[in-house]
Amino acid sequence: MTRVLMEGSEVLAEAALAAGCRFFAGYPMTPFTEVLEHFARKLPERGGVCINAESELEAVGMAWGALATGARAATGSTGQGLSLMQESLSEITRAELPLVVFHMARGQYDYHQATRGGGHGDYRHLVYAPVDLQEASELVQQAFDRADRWRNPVTIYGDFLLAHTAEAIEVVPSPFPSLPAKNWAVDGSLGGSGRSRNVNSIGMEKGAKGIDPQAFWQRLQAKHEAMAAAEPLAECVATDDAELVVVAFGSLARFARHAVRALRAEGVAVGLVRPITLWPFPSEVLAEACAGARRVAVLEQNGGQMIDDVRLAVLGTVPVTAIGGISSDEAGFGLGDIFEPASVRSRIAQALDAPGPT
Amino acid sequence: MSERSRPSDALPTDVRPVEGARRVGRMRPALLLHEDHDLCPGCGEPVAIRVLLEAIEELGAAQRAIGVIGIGCYTAFTSTMDIDLVQALHGRAPSVATGVKRMQPENLVVTLQGDGDMVNEGLQEVIHTAARGENVTCVLLNNGVFGETGGHMTSTTVIGQRTKNTLEGREAATHGHPILIGDLLAPLGGTAYAARGTVHDAHGVVQTKAMIKRALTAQQQGLGFSFVEILTMCPTGWFVPTADGPGYLDDVLRPVHATGELKRDGRILTTRELLDAARKQQP
Amino acid sequence: MTTEPNAPTSRGTVTIEIERCKGCALCIPACPPAVLRMSEAHNGIGMPYPELLPGCTGCGACLLVCPDFCFEVWQYDAPLRHAEAGAPS
Repeated sequence: MTRVLMEGSEVLAEAALAAGCRFFAGYPMTPFTEVLEHFARKLPERGGVCINAESELEAVGMAWGALATGARAATGSTGQGLSLMQESLSEITRAELPLVVFHMARGQYDYHQATRGGGHGDYRHLVYAPVDLQEASELVQQAFDRADRWRNPVTIYGDFLLAHTAEAIEVVPSPFPSLPAKNWAVDGSLGGSGRSRNVNSIGMEKGAKGIDPQAFWQRLQAKHEAMAAAEPLAECVATDDAELVVVAFGSLARFARHAVRALRAEGVAVGLVRPITLWPFPSEVLAEACAGARRVAVLEQNGGQMIDDVRLAVLGTVPVTAIGGISSDEAGFGLGDIFEPASVRSRIAQALDAPGPT
Repeated sequence: MSERSRPSDALPTDVRPVEGARRVGRMRPALLLHEDHDLCPGCGEPVAIRVLLEAIEELGAAQRAIGVIGIGCYTAFTSTMDIDLVQALHGRAPSVATGVKRMQPENLVVTLQGDGDMVNEGLQEVIHTAARGENVTCVLLNNGVFGETGGHMTSTTVIGQRTKNTLEGREAATHGHPILIGDLLAPLGGTAYAARGTVHDAHGVVQTKAMIKRALTAQQQGLGFSFVEILTMCPTGWFVPTADGPGYLDDVLRPVHATGELKRDGRILTTRELLDAARKQQP
Repeated sequence: MTTEPNAPTSRGTVTIEIERCKGCALCIPACPPAVLRMSEAHNGIGMPYPELLPGCTGCGACLLVCPDFCFEVWQYDAPLRHAEAGAPS
């Protein structure tokens, strides 16, 4: 194994290249900027295309076009830039195009944006939240596979720490089962044959008189239900006999995992459930892990977003306490006091001491 | 074909000549699956789509063409245009076309947008695409109104033009001035060809087809961005009888959006210069 | 029908899909020899449609301006006098 010291943004780009990504378009914005930089350097070297788009709207549109040709393609930004892309992100989902989105958020404030989507209509994106760079290198490759398998966008939700932390890792190409041919992709060849293609988001079919929105949307809904059943992923740490179950994701979960292991070593009955997929949320795993717990403590760096999904998962069977909160640096880039082992440990300890249900 | 009560002085038009004649014009362009469409009587957009499809076919590019289509009345033709298509959002076709072309540079990539789509919603996208010298052809169907919503003001609506949200006519002080998009695109370094045609009469249709062919040829030669604006009738959105559509286009739109070539072989002409030249030619 | 000695000739003709015609009448002023006129009768969707009079040159201007793809254009090998131009009635 040859491990190389790499910045997180470079790991994301390397993993995308390992997955066969051929196109990237983006617009600079902290903390996503370095992801664009690495794609801009690496993609042309390996026969791909990276465009420094003039806006986020154009970036996602360019990726849309590349995807329509069947190429593996990606874009990304931080939450603000992704807000600009929402119309396309929603519509690309209905066009069933396998976009991969690198969402390098300013902290965990974009949980709702990533898991609910800010765009119009019914749609879902598979959302991975890697805890560290090794996992990121694997999940990025899985993201490209799942995007093609489901013909649905997949988001990699990271943050300042994931994008900018350097770790010694090896990006190992992951094997996946073969995928069906992209017969839907345009290449011009079927012009004049009566069987030419139309990559669209409204269920329009060549030669058909009008569209059937209801049937089209119902088919997409069924697909999203199948994704919700097949794709949830979570890591459980010491949950078997835990009296307190901590729920945390992404970079902050790395701190939580450290604190939970330390407390366990001291004999405290605490465990961790770390959702790896934010959508679909690993509700069943969480409900099972909490079956014997006195309390669930949700550690997230925001005013309370994932806690909605936690509450839905346990459905009132166990008290749910927020132990995270808003925590920001002066620039608002997503760093804050919460990213301190002592801070995380004391938040968990307070939840342990909280009075139980009567 | 059926024949209804034909007056005695009219010739039969329901049967093809059996012999002694050759067909010189087909009803349906070869790259259109069937003729039926639900666009309004007197609409200019089907005519523009005909010449675009014929130009692609005549350049031998039917199996190497990809259309990227915006949102407007013409979007209905995505079910019948028999070339590979990508449906874009309102305003976004040039960016989508960029992604298509960069992945498949061997293919001819053509966008189709209306004035609301290109000049209102997506103005920066088409300008950036041109400035980048993206090797695609953008076609604008300009009727000066949002036809699909029923005749509302766009950025190309001319001063004085009545629309559903400028009932007394567009007034500069309140509604601003129209954008002459060709004049914005032609001077850019990435633009290889730019022209403004019209389909309000047969001569204009022939000229417009020649413009589209020059634009597509520029793309085939890798010269950079090419642009053809086509003035089209929208009698529904102009609130005029269908038969008055061509005259309205000629009298109201064309004196502002003058027709002619705006950039060819590096030579740039402004719309103002086209208008001046047209005036000199008039007796 | 009789053939008059000075009858106008047709160098071409058109076939018209009158049931697809939406009655916009754009073809009428577009016709250089002015041999198209709108019908008194109405088609299945209630619209008048173009009728052809003798004198067509087969130039195809009607086809070029028609938004509804109603015209097919033919040119005769030798000009026909109008009584011969039509198919048997």
